Amino acid sequence: MLNLETPDYIANLRNGINNLAKSVLRPVARKYDEEEHAYPKELDMFRGMQILGKPKKKKKEGEEKSAADSGPAKPKKGINLSTVAVIEEMCWGDAGLLLSIPNAGLGNAAIAAVATDEQMERFGNMWAAMAITEPGSGSDSGSIGTTAILEGDEWVLNGEKIFVTCADRCDCVVVWATVDKKAGKSGIKSFVVEKDRPGFKLEHLEHKLGIRASDTGTFVLDNCRIPKNNILGSAEVKQGTEGFKGVMKTFDNTRPMVASMATGIARAAVDFMREKILENGITLDYSANPNNISAIEKEFYLMEAHLEAMRLLTWRAAWMADNEQFNNTEASMSKAKAGRYGTLITQKACELLGPLGFTRDELAEKWMRDSKIMDIFEGTGQIQHLIVARNVLEMSSKELK
Amino acid sequence: MISFTPSEEQIVMKETLEKLVQSLIKDNAHDMDEKREIPGEFIEKFRELGTAQSPIPEEHGGYGLPSSPLMNAIILEELAAGDMGYAIASTLPSLFITALLDLGSDAQKAKYLPAFAAGECEGTLAINEPRFRFDAMMPATTAEAKGGSFVINGTKCYVPLAGKAKHILVAARSGNENGLFIVDAGTAGMAVGEKEKNLGLNTLETNTVHFTECKIPEENKLTGADGYDRLLQKTRVAMAALGTGVSRASYEYARNYAKERVQFGEPIASRQAVAFMIAEMAYEVDAMRLMTWKAASSLEAGRDAKREAYLAKLYTGEMAMKITDYGVQVLGGHGYIREHPVERYYRNGRGISCLEGLAAV
Ligand SMILES: Cc1cc2nc3c(=O)[nH]c(=O)nc-3n(C[C@H](O)[C@H](O)[C@H](O)COP(=O)(O)OP(=O)(O)OC[C@H]3O[C@@H](n4cnc5c(N)ncnc54)[C@H](O)[C@@H]3O)c2cc1C
Repeated sequence: MLNLETPDYIANLRNGINNLAKSVLRPVARKYDEEEHAYPKELDMFRGMQILGKPKKKKKEGEEKSAADSGPAKPKKGINLSTVAVIEEMCWGDAGLLLSIPNAGLGNAAIAAVATDEQMERFGNMWAAMAITEPGSGSDSGSIGTTAILEGDEWVLNGEKIFVTCADRCDCVVVWATVDKKAGKSGIKSFVVEKDRPGFKLEHLEHKLGIRASDTGTFVLDNCRIPKNNILGSAEVKQGTEGFKGVMKTFDNTRPMVASMATGIARAAVDFMREKILENGITLDYSANPNNISAIEKEFYLMEAHLEAMRLLTWRAAWMADNEQFNNTEASMSKAKAGRYGTLITQKACELLGPLGFTRDELAEKWMRDSKIMDIFEGTGQIQHLIVARNVLEMSSKELK
Repeated sequence: MISFTPSEEQIVMKETLEKLVQSLIKDNAHDMDEKREIPGEFIEKFRELGTAQSPIPEEHGGYGLPSSPLMNAIILEELAAGDMGYAIASTLPSLFITALLDLGSDAQKAKYLPAFAAGECEGTLAINEPRFRFDAMMPATTAEAKGGSFVINGTKCYVPLAGKAKHILVAARSGNENGLFIVDAGTAGMAVGEKEKNLGLNTLETNTVHFTECKIPEENKLTGADGYDRLLQKTRVAMAALGTGVSRASYEYARNYAKERVQFGEPIASRQAVAFMIAEMAYEVDAMRLMTWKAASSLEAGRDAKREAYLAKLYTGEMAMKITDYGVQVLGGHGYIREHPVERYYRNGRGISCLEGLAAV
């Protein structure tokens, strides 16, 4: 039964997290933007909070399942919807800080998805970053050149990984490497590399446009040796691209999360705009012909409308995942829309704010910088369009390059 | 509980209408548009489903089922994916019925609804006015109370099927509030003009209606407090559903065309410049539908949906232009020729943000 009313348990969750974001993240948002690379110690309180990494087959589930979360259409499995709702609120507070929450890295999500019990035992309490990107391999993640060769009981890794989120702060990194270059994509496996392994070196940290509270760095793997059982999943190189597709499938869960980050930042900008509009005695009554009101009001309504559209596309993708529906298209749709319009909304807010949109005394300029990354990582906007287009046109990657 | 999946009943309705549109409308829409009319039996085919009668109480001859804004949004999208004029014309009784159910007194319901339940009666809503800076919230048409009567003065345009309607519901300013007034066909002082010639919605007969010292009895005023606002919300969500439907039609046509059309030795869809437009059309049509459903969900829950309805119409109005424009662009010069429906979708899509109140959910 179709119903897009926000359920009570989500509304309550949003309220609770918003309070947290308001009292813990917002007050230090500017500080860690200015002090790039400083560790936000305020985040220690979130250690262990499952925000990005959700243990799948583990019992953790059900925390949010209050009495309200019942009825015929309640999510059967998973907490994707509540996760994206939490993320939006946290990013309303500060996106860079959300990305810096201890033990909630993208690597944690990857580990939680496939780790064996023994691996969970060893890595479960670590902060895990994710290293796919290389200098020569960005959007085309199937072309990575980092190699892993089995020597006795150890894998020997060689290569360079760039743009690794949480590079400095993490305890270990999930590294994509190929065990067989000739096998192409099916030769790609992921390995857990602890920070103190010999031959594993954090080369430098980047200076960025935005999300400066989040540290981004380059690793060099120079004959880096890790135990054989640090490989995630099977070491066997299967025919075809099924294995690689499986790895890519985790993006169906993470892309709505990034879409939600964009939504959270854009909402921060929209809320600030609303505050300023009301302060100036303009009423927003959602009734007059949009062409009979001031330009600022119409622009504001459009920002709100796009924001709502971003959220609805995102919630749909997450809800589908919760209900075990294949959501590859919808996940990319949410990120394509939210990535792009998050950028446009935050830019527009600065424009409408005039001098208040250009000063570092306000956060609006920061939101414009922070938001931009959401159209880049976890697959650029173009890559999302490519995925959506291939799916709706029913064309293969060979037919539509 | 939140759900993005339509119910069984909603799916059955959607599929029924999809078939109806496929068999009656898709292939005929071009001729209908050129001839500027819809064959009466096409309209009957939809009305036979009884969706208009469904919410009319049994005592007045209907089925007495709860009215469902979500179901109505699904219906309007589906019909508009065939032809927007057809969607408006075939569902027109529901517009009048919805207003009466929400705002009418018992006496008014008893007087008007039975004829609608019997399917014998056409009724319409006159809201738009032919003037610059028209605003549905501020009608220039007035209804002045004078000794047991209301006297209506003003001009309305884009009144669907005004020439055929037995009753026209007129939005007018009365004192310092907005009200809705029933004017029966043939009332002195009301003149229904010729069929209008418009940019789009050619299949739909619309008329300009003039009111000059048009006197109606006091009891023809719909009484429900705040009713005008609520009706406007329902019409805005309906306009959003129509915008979704016409945009979807453009998207689907362009998508299929892009796979067939070969240039430079390959289907044009194999080029990103084209494929990315198709992708954007796909997710924006979904976004339009979700915005519509979101507002309809609020209405269905009985909540005030002022904001949601406003944003849904604003969004779909903007996007209908963008998406139907893309539709023409994907076809290139062929898109400009009336043989292909995308040019019609482009003209019709313009109506969403220009106009108000052509249907209700
Ligand atoms: C702050 C930050 C944090 C990051 N965190 C991580 C992380 O934790 N782990 C990790 O592995 N990576 C991370 N990344 C890397 C990120 O995922 C990549 O930057 C991104 O995937 C794009 O790759 P690229 O920068 O090499 O751009 P390129 O792939 O070189 O793309 C350049 C441009 O070309 C376009 N393009 C590329 N291919 C196509 C195509 N086939 N069709 C159309 N257009 C195309 C792109 O859309 C883009 O506009 C991070 C990056 C940043 C900036």
